[in-house]
Amino acid sequence: MNRTQGTPSTLFDKLWRSHEVVTREDGATLLWVDRHFVHEGSFHAFDQLKALGAGVARPDLTFGIADHYVPTRARSTGIPDGDIRRMVAGLSANAAAHKIALFGLDDPRQGIVHVVGPEQGLTLPGLLIVCGDSHTSTHGAFGAYAFGIGASEVAHVLMTQTLWQKKPKRMRTRVDGTTGPGIGAKDIALSIIARIGADGAAGHAVEYAGEAVRALSMEGRLTLCNLSIEAGARCGMVAPDEKTIAYLRGRPFAPAGEAFERAAADWLALASDADAAFDREVSLDGADIAPVVTWGVSPEDALPIDGVVPDPARAADPGRAEQIRDALAYMNLAPGQRLTDIRVDRVFIGSCTNSRIEDLRAAAAVLAGRKARVPGMVSPGSSLVKRRAEEEGLDRIFKEAGLEWVESGCSMCVGINGDQVPSGERCASTTNRNFKGRQGPGARTHLMSPAMVAAAAVAGHLVDVRPLIAGRI
Amino acid sequence: MEPLRHIAGVACPIALANVDTDQILPARFLQRPRSEGHGPVLFHDMRFDAAGKPRPEFPLNRPAWTGARILVARRNFGAGSSRESAVYALVDYGVRCVIAPSFGDIFAANAVNNGLLPARVSEAAAEELIAALEHGAEEVAIDLEAQSIRTGNHVVAFEIDPVWRMKLLNGWNDLDLTLSYSRDIAAFVAADARLRPWAPPPPDLPSR
Repeated sequence: MNRTQGTPSTLFDKLWRSHEVVTREDGATLLWVDRHFVHEGSFHAFDQLKALGAGVARPDLTFGIADHYVPTRARSTGIPDGDIRRMVAGLSANAAAHKIALFGLDDPRQGIVHVVGPEQGLTLPGLLIVCGDSHTSTHGAFGAYAFGIGASEVAHVLMTQTLWQKKPKRMRTRVDGTTGPGIGAKDIALSIIARIGADGAAGHAVEYAGEAVRALSMEGRLTLCNLSIEAGARCGMVAPDEKTIAYLRGRPFAPAGEAFERAAADWLALASDADAAFDREVSLDGADIAPVVTWGVSPEDALPIDGVVPDPARAADPGRAEQIRDALAYMNLAPGQRLTDIRVDRVFIGSCTNSRIEDLRAAAAVLAGRKARVPGMVSPGSSLVKRRAEEEGLDRIFKEAGLEWVESGCSMCVGINGDQVPSGERCASTTNRNFKGRQGPGARTHLMSPAMVAAAAVAGHLVDVRPLIAGRI
Repeated sequence: MEPLRHIAGVACPIALANVDTDQILPARFLQRPRSEGHGPVLFHDMRFDAAGKPRPEFPLNRPAWTGARILVARRNFGAGSSRESAVYALVDYGVRCVIAPSFGDIFAANAVNNGLLPARVSEAAAEELIAALEHGAEEVAIDLEAQSIRTGNHVVAFEIDPVWRMKLLNGWNDLDLTLSYSRDIAAFVAADARLRPWAPPPPDLPSR
């Protein structure tokens, strides 16, 4: 599968080719799907199957995970809200009816699908992975072709284990050099989005490369690939290397023994050939990247923390000026205001973007021995991450700082389990979208890294985390 | 799906970039069953205030544009989540085409799967259309076969992936097509078992 067949191939070319069932004359390709994750929101697709009287073609390749609607508090007493209870129960019923393995609310492995997949070894290099969730791009961190799909596509995959796609263009985003202390994958990703725009990578499969990307842990690579969709790319990926292999060895659903060694050899051969061509190249210098925060209502509205709120009067064109004016009105900010003067009402640490053990450690390093000036909550990415964090004593640091330590789920990133930012309040958040109303109607979101959120909690306003961690990391 | 060739009707400008799927359909309506209809919640928080009263300044609330079949927006329309309900909301409201310089990739795919045309035009053409609509033009006629948009005597071309164009023109459904390739799928699975023996999960799933 990894032979280059004459011409040099990119990682993405190799992934595409190994899943190609048939390509029509018009260029549409039927692709084989290796893993399909479903969640509470997948009910539209199951309803479509029901209407057609159809079954699930490959339940053995389909996994259900309860994350979008699950409560993060008082789980043992059941879900008080009837609508939310119905959503969680609906997934369980569909999983049972179609014999799909389920990581349900009461499973000790439960968590956010994009955290659980890698953690369990369900996510492997060389796989094609889909889920009815746009942040499925996350799994590309392992050198998988992973992307979010809509309900009709979910239904199609359930019924056939395949999907029609047109091959996207190939883009390489290089981050060379070394990033400074306190700079995380989130800062890298937001810097890329600010540079190319929220639609800058639309129509492209992105491969992240360069020294600063290779230096990232698997957790960091997951954060980077997670945010590919915020630059418009349906998928992002990093070539498998020894870090990838070391992470996967011994994971419950990964191959074991000799089978693992055979797999590892295949996975390492997936890397782009040295002289492979990309349709587009973007390059950043890691040394230039500072802690980044968003000020507006799109992830492209991102600036280094030492910047000021943009002035619509200085915008490049009238359309952009209107966009900035609209964002500032919603966010209640003034042109020229220093970003570090923006006070916050609460903080949130969690979501498929930044809730892994390394994220929690980074936030805890800032919060240890300090008090948060504002309320906030910390929701670990999975129940296993939660347990690990408690073993390391991180929960005590969060609680002693005054933050709430809760169960795992999508929680305040999308707010549909009831965890919301009240209207008019401003939240420093480790999540992925600062869209209007995303964390609740009227909520104002500033995206940043876990360390930066922890720093904002301590200061009560947006602030550069670097002085706060001097001597601590 | 019904074949789609011509769309003519009132076009409404939504003169914003990055109109994300949370604006098109706020997340709290995601649990709404398809059978309930999503038209009433389209652009809910842009269309209605906290008390549920229509915001007079929102374009679709202006009498001339209410019930529009075509929307014209700035770049990156439908960015964000994969929620197909955003498309259901547009379709149920009566929208058949969105014209913009770029679209969220997942949104555009969902649109085509529901017979909604995502028509890509240059930034300049989008600005011209928005200006024309804001200055009194209302009716727009779209020809999918010719890939053209007509406003009065003014015609501009739009782009769409040729695969999607054929799918919309013929009202094709992916599933019917896929079933005709069952033998290719079976052959792929057999060959793949030799090429990538590590791809399937273990037959005896690890328990919790």
